[in-house]
Amino acid sequence: MNWIAIWSIYRFEMTRFFRTLFQSFLSPVLSTSLYFVVFGAAIGSRIDQVDGIDYGAFIVPGLIMLSVMTQSISNASFGIYFPKFIGTIYELLSAPVNFLEIVLGYVGAAATKALFIGFVILATATLFVDLTIAHPLAMVLFLLLTCLSFALMGFIIGIWAKNFEQLQLVPLLVVTPLVFLGGSFYSISMLPPIWQKITLFNPVVYLISGFRWSFFGTSDVPVGVSLLAIGGFTALCLAVIWWIFKTGWRIRS
Amino acid sequence: MAAILSISDLRKSYEGGFEALKGVSLEIEEGEILALLGPNGAGKTTLISTVCGITTPSSGKVLVGGNCILEDFRAARSLIGLVPQEINLEPFEKVINSVRFSRGLFGKPKNDALIEEILKKLSLWDKRNSQVKELSGGMKRRVLIAKALAHEPRVLFLDEPTAGVDVELRKDMWDVVRELKANGVTIILTTHYIEEAEAIADRVGVIADGQILLVKDKDDLMAQLGQKQLCVHLSTAIDAVPETLAPHALALNGAGDALIYTYDTKAERTGITALLNDVAAAGLVLSDVSTRQSSLEDIFVGLVSGDKS
Repeated sequence: MNWIAIWSIYRFEMTRFFRTLFQSFLSPVLSTSLYFVVFGAAIGSRIDQVDGIDYGAFIVPGLIMLSVMTQSISNASFGIYFPKFIGTIYELLSAPVNFLEIVLGYVGAAATKALFIGFVILATATLFVDLTIAHPLAMVLFLLLTCLSFALMGFIIGIWAKNFEQLQLVPLLVVTPLVFLGGSFYSISMLPPIWQKITLFNPVVYLISGFRWSFFGTSDVPVGVSLLAIGGFTALCLAVIWWIFKTGWRIRS
Repeated sequence: MAAILSISDLRKSYEGGFEALKGVSLEIEEGEILALLGPNGAGKTTLISTVCGITTPSSGKVLVGGNCILEDFRAARSLIGLVPQEINLEPFEKVINSVRFSRGLFGKPKNDALIEEILKKLSLWDKRNSQVKELSGGMKRRVLIAKALAHEPRVLFLDEPTAGVDVELRKDMWDVVRELKANGVTIILTTHYIEEAEAIADRVGVIADGQILLVKDKDDLMAQLGQKQLCVHLSTAIDAVPETLAPHALALNGAGDALIYTYDTKAERTGITALLNDVAAAGLVLSDVSTRQSSLEDIFVGLVSGDKS
């Protein structure tokens, strides 16, 4: 294992993050505050409690997941797409590194950034609502696994994308709707029975449900199923990336 | 000397059937400078990209320092430094960080003293904390060289390193290349500038249409294929070469006041004495005599056009 190479890629990517630290920090704080104003104050005044939890607190895990998923994808996809776009990918391809090392460097950095933003949102949320975390370790584990798996997905999107429009396509058209429809701001039990069943085909439901369980001890689907779902998703992404590097699809001519 | 790079029957075909490399075989000895000449689309960059791991070969074998580029890719690639043709650099990164990154990517531990030495040698030390986007084109090209040297490669590929670079900087780069050679680095450079190959190469390879047409010692090539021309300037212009001079296969210049005689410098007899005697016997009065040596460019153009015909 070329650990120095992994660390070099990781540090290089994190330098980009630190160059724009202010924006990286400000943007999630601002958007979280807006969500609390709109959902917490405006809608929350009409919905008192969900599953016995104050609505303001109930949406915190969903809000964190929403940002963490989109940030993981955008960080990782941009991280690998940018070298392709400006041509510096030649350096990665001609270096004595294998696919796992490249992935660990890029995905590790993307996941770190998303994790940081997740904690920033959590800290911001505590300014608006009273929050106690029932299973802190499980919360960190779910957050970490979500960051990693979605960063892996972002990495695949970055390799697949041929232009900046395609880079935005999947996050905007697939991920954001799935997150919004995955119970970020409501409980699945609030839906009509037929939609409750259809929703179970949305993989994001399992992630948000598991994450919410770590906060409040209640969930839409069993925690074990959530863990299995996130583990399966991670394995699937890793398999796709392994195939990409084995065949050189869209990276090696 | 042992071959540090050995290429056997290397082929590369793309989807759609285009064959960029048609069975290239090449042996490069440790410590030499090989200049690879060829027209646009000849396969120079594909050859370099394949050896360096950027392009996957369709068939054939490439060994770098005895290591297969596919089976022992780590060992093979760690010996290679690549300066690409395009200026591909992260624009917002500082020069020094960009060079440090390259060293790290090759698994080499931090060595700021070496980075400083490389940057100073390439006149980049003063710009080490500048963002790459702030540099001139020539400086960016030097950053690419610094990045390629950062992991102390034994084989350095320079893909048109002086394209678009002014004459002064080009000569500076030649000095850097000569110094690297003195330190035992093997250098393979592709170039459009024949003068570059003449100035710094030990051997010259000519590639066209995905095939190596020739690889020869530069001096031997010049001597073997190099022809010299004797120009006999006449005091009075003539309409045609006199028949008595026909055996010398002379050409008459456009103004009709100079006879051009092409001869082989390595031939036992150049035929110059007989020619001058016959010119005098034909009643022509000489005003001057000059000679001109064929350049590598003439040889190159001759080979490539001969290949096409």
